[in-house]
Order: sequence, then C-alpha cells, then structure tokens
Amino acid sequence: MTDQMTVIPTANTLTPPPGAAWLTRLLSPFVVVLTYLGEILMLLAQTVRAVRGGVDTRDLIEQMSSLGVNSVGIALLTTTTSGAVLALYFAPFLKQYGAESFTGAVVALAIARELGPVLTGVVVAARAGSAIAAELGTMKVTEQIDALRALAVSPTQYLVVPRVLAAVLMMPLVCALADAGGILGGTLLSQSEGVLPVVYWNSMKQFIDLSDFTRGIFKTMVFGLIIALVGCHQGLATRGGATEVGRATTNAVVLSIILIYLANFVMTYFMFSEVSSF
Amino acid sequence: MIHAAKDRNLGAEAGEEPGPAWIEVKDLRFTVGGKQILRGANLSVAPGEILSVMGMSGSGKTTLLHCIGGLTAPTSGEIRIGDAQIVGMNETELNHVRERMGMVFQYAALFDSLSVFENVAFGLRRRRKIGSDEIKQNVAEKLALVGLPGTEPMFPSELSGGMAKRVGLARALAMSPEILLYDEPTSGLDPVMESVIDELIMQMRDKLGVTSIVVSHSIASIFRISDKIAMIHGGEVLASGTPDQIKNCDNPVVRQFIEGKSHGPIDVARR
Repeated sequence: MTDQMTVIPTANTLTPPPGAAWLTRLLSPFVVVLTYLGEILMLLAQTVRAVRGGVDTRDLIEQMSSLGVNSVGIALLTTTTSGAVLALYFAPFLKQYGAESFTGAVVALAIARELGPVLTGVVVAARAGSAIAAELGTMKVTEQIDALRALAVSPTQYLVVPRVLAAVLMMPLVCALADAGGILGGTLLSQSEGVLPVVYWNSMKQFIDLSDFTRGIFKTMVFGLIIALVGCHQGLATRGGATEVGRATTNAVVLSIILIYLANFVMTYFMFSEVSSF
Repeated sequence: MIHAAKDRNLGAEAGEEPGPAWIEVKDLRFTVGGKQILRGANLSVAPGEILSVMGMSGSGKTTLLHCIGGLTAPTSGEIRIGDAQIVGMNETELNHVRERMGMVFQYAALFDSLSVFENVAFGLRRRRKIGSDEIKQNVAEKLALVGLPGTEPMFPSELSGGMAKRVGLARALAMSPEILLYDEPTSGLDPVMESVIDELIMQMRDKLGVTSIVVSHSIASIFRISDKIAMIHGGEVLASGTPDQIKNCDNPVVRQFIEGKSHGPIDVARR
C-alpha cells in the first residue's frame, strides 16, 4: 500500500503545444477539479485497502465521540430552529387556504428528505471536518506524520481509517436525532400558530413514509465519507506552517460543503424523483 | 558557487581499507519543483559507525536523511541498507526496512495528543505483539537510558526542548533499531544538554552497537561523536573521512565551514 500521494500533472505542469495556450487556459479549471477528485478517490482506495488490515477499536471509539457525539448539540440546535422557522412560514400560509392541517407533513417532509441530512452534513463539515484538517495539518507540518512513517505505521491506517469509519457510522445517528429535533421544533411552533400537535402528527403520519427518513439518513453516510476524506486529504497535503494549516482547514470546510451539495443533488435526483409527487 | 572535487573520500585517499558498508548511498539525486536538492550524493557507513553529515542550511542534509529513512522518494540513485535496495520500494516493503531503523527528528516530532509513555510505547503497541507489562518495562528502561525516568505521565507540551529530544530518542530506541538517523539532534540546546545528547548517541554505539547517521550544524558536537564525517554542499558530498582527515582537509569550502568564517567560497548572500 502506498501512502505517498501520487503526483498527477496539473494545469501548471502541463506543457501545451504552441498556439494552444488558450485551450489550456480554458481546460485548466476542469483539470484542477478532476485532479482533486482523483486524489480523493485514491485516498478512498487506500482507506478501503487499509481497513482490511484491521481497525484499532480505541481509536475508532475516540473518533466516533469526537466526530459524532460532540456534533449532536449543534446539529440539534440547527435543525430544531430550522423546523420551527419552516412551521412559522407554512402554518399561517396554509391557514389562509384552510389547509393548516398539512403543516406537519410539509415540515416533516422537508426535514426528513433535505434539511435534516444537508444541515447535519454542513454542521459536521464545519465542526468536525475543520478539526480533522487542522489536526492532521498540524501533525504534517510538525513532522508527526513523518514520525509515524518512520515507526513503520501507516498514516492511512492510523489516522484516516478511524476518522472515515467514525464519520460514516455516526452521521446517520446524528441525522436521526437532528430530524427528531426539526420535527419537534415544527410541532412547537405550529402549536403557537393554532395547529394542534395531534393534527400535526396525523398529517405527518398520513403523508410521510419511513423511507423518507431512511433515504435521508442514508445520504448522511455519503456526506460523512466526503467530510472525513476531504478533511484528511487537506490535512495530509498541508505544506509549510501555520498559515497553510489555516488554509487547509478553510479549504476542508468549503470543499466538503460544495461536495455535499453536489452529492445531495445527485442522490436526491435518483432516490426521490419517483416519489416527488407528494 | 564553488567548484570543488566531488565526493572526495579522504580515507580512501589516505590508503585506508574501507570497512563493509551497512548503509550505502550511490549517485542519489532529488529534484523538486525544478530545483535540484541532491545532485548525485554518495555515502557509505559501516556497521556500528557514527557518520555525521554537516553542511550549510539548505545544502540537502535533511533531504538525504529522509531519503535514507524512506520518507522521501529520491528522483534517482541507489540506497542500500544491509541487503535491501530501498529506492523504488512500496510503503509496505519500506515498513519492513523501517522496523530496523529509528529516527530522531529535529523538533522531536512527539505525538502531542499522547503522553510520554504512549509516545515511547507507540511503535511497540502497533508493530510488536507484546504484553502490556513488557511494554511498561521497555518504556521505563528506555526513559531511564535517556535520563528521564518517571516522566511517563507527562505530555509533550510539559517538556523542555532537551527533554522532548530525549523522549524522541527513547521512542526510536524502544523498537531496538540497528540504525539510528538523527536530524539536528542538538540544535537549539544549551551546551550542557548538547553534551548529554552527544553522550547518548555515543552510548547507543558503544552499548548497543547501533549504526548512526547524524545530520548536524554543530562542529564541536560533530568532532566529538563521529567516526566519520561527510561534508555536503550544493547537494553533493564534497568530502568525507575521519574527523582528523576532515580537520586537516584543504578544501576551501570545508575549511570555511569548520572554521565558521563569513568570507570564503561559500556564497553567504544566497543562504
């Protein structure tokens, strides 16, 4: 297994034939994006290979606590308030048409399919993805990654595998709790707008399927994979000093969020297109 | 830029029979971002020998050490450790070679989230299948050897620079390496601590028969501990030989470096 990153020619290193400079300039953003995605996929392949070498349970539990348990509070706060805000908009709006009894269905559907998973992904990317990049980046610039390799310990095995597994395993749990928080927030706000909890819950039960929640929760496993891989990649690719660690941290969050939105679009297109007639 | 004779082995010139090489570096080159860091370096170290590599900052000393430790892949050339040719090895093959080596880093590179005990025990826990009692005993022995008994519960942030370097040495020693690579082991230390580290390096050779390569700027330290010295300049090994041979070397670059003069063939303005 190779831990060293393979250097793929980038836009800067490609030598264009004479007169094709404009083509290089045109293609360079695509080359940069494809190079980056290639590096992420290579890290994923190394991680899958390293998983077969075994996982240290203590490291995994530590990371599950750090990435998952410690993100529950902020994820709950975000989705609970978002659920409440949705109810705040929709309850009076639906009331105008005598359809306030649908408030529960509208809020729960939005939370289960989109807001719960995506907000959980964004919150965990900001909290845990940045922490992964900062920790690994600091280890890189202080030669701790080299020290691992000098001790014949694979950085992928020791650092990447527990973080990736922890993120993939914990994101569904955080999302399930976040979904519950969003629905609860919607219930409380709907009540203040005159929609009784029993009406709210009945409409939810009538229009929402369990698969709406499970599919949404499944999406967060992919988001977890993205967050951990991007954070680890940014951290391990850090060069230089404190400024570069800061840059790696910011990049980890920005790139994770971009990839989460893109992945969410693709997954939603394929997972929910046949049930979008709600 | 000076133009001096390349790879002058002063011992060979003096008619001495070289011992069997345990580590051998041949025509090692390393280029990064179009810049040549190593331009065909050659070295050899016999078993149980301490070789010090000296040279200006940016001359390629640390890169050379990292290449020997398998941490940096050279652009071309050969590195032989015992019978193993390590250039071109994959990470798994390199790990087998690394198990025979220990590395002491310039800033210790201790794992800052782990205690001193966990740092020293790290390699043992991960690479050797031994019981916790044996690990505890091994860690205590190695910490005592570097003069830091009882520091197991401390964290790297609580250690002085000298203590951190000694813990780094204990961590490398815990794996009972046949070869130790030291990157600037005495930089930033006071003279007393410098002597302590020097004595430890010599003890490793005298008590345990460890073969060592020491990268250093410290002339006093280099002449105190070395069996052999190599001067690296501009990515090439300019001269190598015993401390006496280097002391009497007439190469102007070597003379300027060991005498610490600001004027001479070394282009100080570009440093």
